[in-house]
Amino acid sequence: MAEFIIKNGFVFDPVLGIKGDKADVAIKNGKFVETTELSNPKTIDATGMTVMAGAVDIHAHVAGPKVNTGRNFRPEDKLFNCTPRRGVERMQGGFSVPTTFRTGYDYARMGYTTVMEAAMPPLYARHTHEEMRDTPIIDQGAFPVFGNNWFVLEYLKNHEIENTASYIAWLLKATKGYAVKVVNPGGTEAWGWGLNCENIHDPVPFFDITPAQIVKGLIEANEYLGLPHSMHLHTNNLGNPGNYTTTLDTFKLSEGIRPNSKFGRDQVMHHTHVQFHSYGGDNWGNFESKSPEIMDYVNSHDNITIDIGQVTLDETTTMTADGPFEHHLTELNHLKWANTDVELETGSGVVPYVYSPTIKVCAIQWAIGLELALQAKDLMRVFLTTDHPNAGPFIRYPRVMKWLMSQQSREEMLTGFKNSDKVIGATHLMNIDRELSLYEIAQMTRAGTAKALGLAHMYGSLKPGLEADLAVYDFNPEQENAPETIETAFGNAKYLFKAGTQIIDEHKIVSNGNKRTLWVNAKVNENPQVMRDVKEKFLRYYTVTQGNYEVAGHHYVPNPYVIEVDATQ
Amino acid sequence: MTKTIPDVVCPFCGTLCDDLEVVVSDDGKQLLEVYNACAIGAEKFLHSQAEDRLTRPRLAQEDGSWKEIGYEEAIEYTAQMLANSKKPLMYGWSSTNCEAQGVGSEIGEITGAVMDNTATVCHGTSLIAVQDIGIPHCTLGEVKNRADRVVFWGCNPAHAHPRHMSRYSIFPRGFFTGKGHKGRKVIVIDPRKTDTANVADVHLQIEQGRDYELLDALRVAFKGLPLPDVVAGIPKEQIYEAAEVLKSGRFVIIFFGMGVTQSLGKNHNIDEAIAVTRDLNEYTKAAIMPMRGHYNVTGSGAVWGWQFGFPFAVDLSRGFARYNPGETTSNDLLRRDEVDSVFVLGSDPGAHFPFSSVKKISELPSVCIDPHQTPTTAVCKLHVPVAFVGVEVGGCAYRMDNVPIETRKVVDAPEGMMTDEEFLEKVLGRIKEIKGE
Ligand code: SF4
Repeated sequence: MAEFIIKNGFVFDPVLGIKGDKADVAIKNGKFVETTELSNPKTIDATGMTVMAGAVDIHAHVAGPKVNTGRNFRPEDKLFNCTPRRGVERMQGGFSVPTTFRTGYDYARMGYTTVMEAAMPPLYARHTHEEMRDTPIIDQGAFPVFGNNWFVLEYLKNHEIENTASYIAWLLKATKGYAVKVVNPGGTEAWGWGLNCENIHDPVPFFDITPAQIVKGLIEANEYLGLPHSMHLHTNNLGNPGNYTTTLDTFKLSEGIRPNSKFGRDQVMHHTHVQFHSYGGDNWGNFESKSPEIMDYVNSHDNITIDIGQVTLDETTTMTADGPFEHHLTELNHLKWANTDVELETGSGVVPYVYSPTIKVCAIQWAIGLELALQAKDLMRVFLTTDHPNAGPFIRYPRVMKWLMSQQSREEMLTGFKNSDKVIGATHLMNIDRELSLYEIAQMTRAGTAKALGLAHMYGSLKPGLEADLAVYDFNPEQENAPETIETAFGNAKYLFKAGTQIIDEHKIVSNGNKRTLWVNAKVNENPQVMRDVKEKFLRYYTVTQGNYEVAGHHYVPNPYVIEVDATQ
Repeated sequence: MTKTIPDVVCPFCGTLCDDLEVVVSDDGKQLLEVYNACAIGAEKFLHSQAEDRLTRPRLAQEDGSWKEIGYEEAIEYTAQMLANSKKPLMYGWSSTNCEAQGVGSEIGEITGAVMDNTATVCHGTSLIAVQDIGIPHCTLGEVKNRADRVVFWGCNPAHAHPRHMSRYSIFPRGFFTGKGHKGRKVIVIDPRKTDTANVADVHLQIEQGRDYELLDALRVAFKGLPLPDVVAGIPKEQIYEAAEVLKSGRFVIIFFGMGVTQSLGKNHNIDEAIAVTRDLNEYTKAAIMPMRGHYNVTGSGAVWGWQFGFPFAVDLSRGFARYNPGETTSNDLLRRDEVDSVFVLGSDPGAHFPFSSVKKISELPSVCIDPHQTPTTAVCKLHVPVAFVGVEVGGCAYRMDNVPIETRKVVDAPEGMMTDEEFLEKVLGRIKEIKGE
């Protein structure tokens, strides 16, 4: 494999503690190495440019059935943005729900090289994998959803952690999944009857269990197994005024639990898109930010991580396994609504949404996301996301960076809103003068996310031995830069390497790379009871046979990267 | 000795039953018995054993006779035809696996083809309606486990999806439906007294073509508002009663078929049927599902969705994907003379398109890939028989509820026969050479 030396760039690497020093980075055999190990490298001159590890997205909806529903039911999302096949690039289309090809290319253009699909319905795992296979360049993994799964509900009502863990191990293997995802625990099962669980103590109809028991039990099962990532949670009551108390109640479920994982993470709960869960008030009229209360908690508890779910003020397509929430949303905005309930496992909904800067609530939501990040004490635990495409499309990450890095750009937004005074009054952003550094951005998008996913041994840094995923941006941190240049530079990497293969050269995509699918194979002791339960449920309640459930390797996961976990002790 | 292969997936209809058992000879060459399948499903398997099956491509001659040719020649012919066309129509894709569909898409990209599938003449209207209003949907297991109200609208599963009622919709006992058939109320809306109507609790024998009116009347009835004495041939008392049955259910499922999608009103019928379902979600839980016909028509819409963003009628001729049903749909293109060659794989437009379209196909350079001899193979210039997907080669297929299932190979194809995917891969490679890519 070719050798490369990336010379003389301004390097930002939180793992190595490099804060913009000029350094050379060496690549050999797909990994970073010491420069002394190179024999005949190709030189990339990064003088005056920013160099970082490839970015790792901890939470996005980029593949699978609800994403594809979003594509197919929104032809309007393809207006004016279909691009032809050119060079190595396949045809591309779509804005808020791009085609798989565009997804891979657009992430690469932003310097992202690893992206997690945040919610995979197990029964649709094949579909999710087929889409990931057709997404070029980026490594991906998918999180199967567990929070409304009948096995989990039945085991956890009796607090059977070992059985839950065995089942999780079985399902991860069957679906080639990466982590334990939970969406509106219990609420989506209730939605099977048109109902919901609005707080963590609302009983799940017919199952004699509460969301709190589900969350706590899944954290314990996750730690029992010692999985690379923690339990990954979207809690109840998303999007409602006053919901910050539900969020705090949920956070507290993690208290006193320490991680048990060999993969270097420190958290036992990752709470996703917290912006949607930090609302005060009790109606849309007195809707306000409760980000300080949320961040006080996060800052003082090191066993949780969060991502922000930043609203980008675009027209987008919301999609989530929180079925009742999407029904609520369509009643609110009267736009088209797609819903799918999945037998024994989960549900989902999709509704287009316009976050208009002229609407007060949308502008407040925008401010809350930024406040979360700007009040964070430790940006190794607070990550940049837009919950793509829910709060906005992922292609806006560079714009979010601009807002986080420039007080001027934030104030221009705040004072430019139609309801400026009301927005400022209901939020705290105007009083925050913090501007994040590129080092902190690298924590939020690389080092921190890789660590939280249990992938610090592969990604997130330029440390010798790690995967040679590296991005070079046309951005000189030592110059006076207008805020706009941040967005331009970080949306358009000048060079990109994925596992040592050059993907982008002079802003142009030159290779489709050799993308991998990450999944976790957890070994557990034999558990005849769980295997009996699985067999019985397939016979009686599923509509596919057990023999046809498992996603076989070959064409679904043609290039797997399997992370082995041994939980037999 | 024989071998019994369990969990075999039936590659015939959108019910995609995956509990078949197939008995094959020890050497894996002969398929002997098919268990659990319905009559049409079993026939699909047994048909692969037909003695008179074609195993080599054949090219039509000037005098109307056929000449057997090798696969290499067939690949060259197909690649040349597609590469030299300005705007080929690549139609079908419903009876093959997603892997082949994916390769076909790339051929379409390079040659600037129009990609269309059988939805264009069946549930395309449903897809358009979903783009208008969305769709409250569920998997078939939700029906089995929860549904206590089942509506069949303009469809006749007793004949078209024979095991649908026993596997998913009427008879099975599920988690919350322990009484099976006894716990369900079944409503059939159909102008004909079909075999499905015979097992229903209520048959609303609607006047033909009046679906929209009846759907609309149901929405009025849900709200308890006044109706005319008779709507669509149904007395208003019956409509109020049906509305009450639906509203009082715990979980309502509406299945609909081509009786509504292709009758007068087309996508507007489906818009309204989905609106009925949306309305029902104000009172209870309800979902609606198209009865998709071919076992993998749903899959081709899914593959094109993630690759191009549109589920059917995808026009790639300008170098990027465009979609405008009525303009980019097969019959419209054929009848307006807008395509200059036709490639068919995995369906039979010769049997299902209007005669005027079939005539156009017969006048154009054309290739048909199909294990069977069909009306389409009879009018195309080149017929390439291939292995049966789901019998002689596996691959992914999407059930009518979008659930992907991997079909299984149970027997070997006759010596030397290619699969769809292999053939398309070779054509793609050759086209890349011709185009200098
Ligand atoms: S119902 Fe359809 S899928 Fe099932 S056996 Fe019959 S033809 Fe095959």
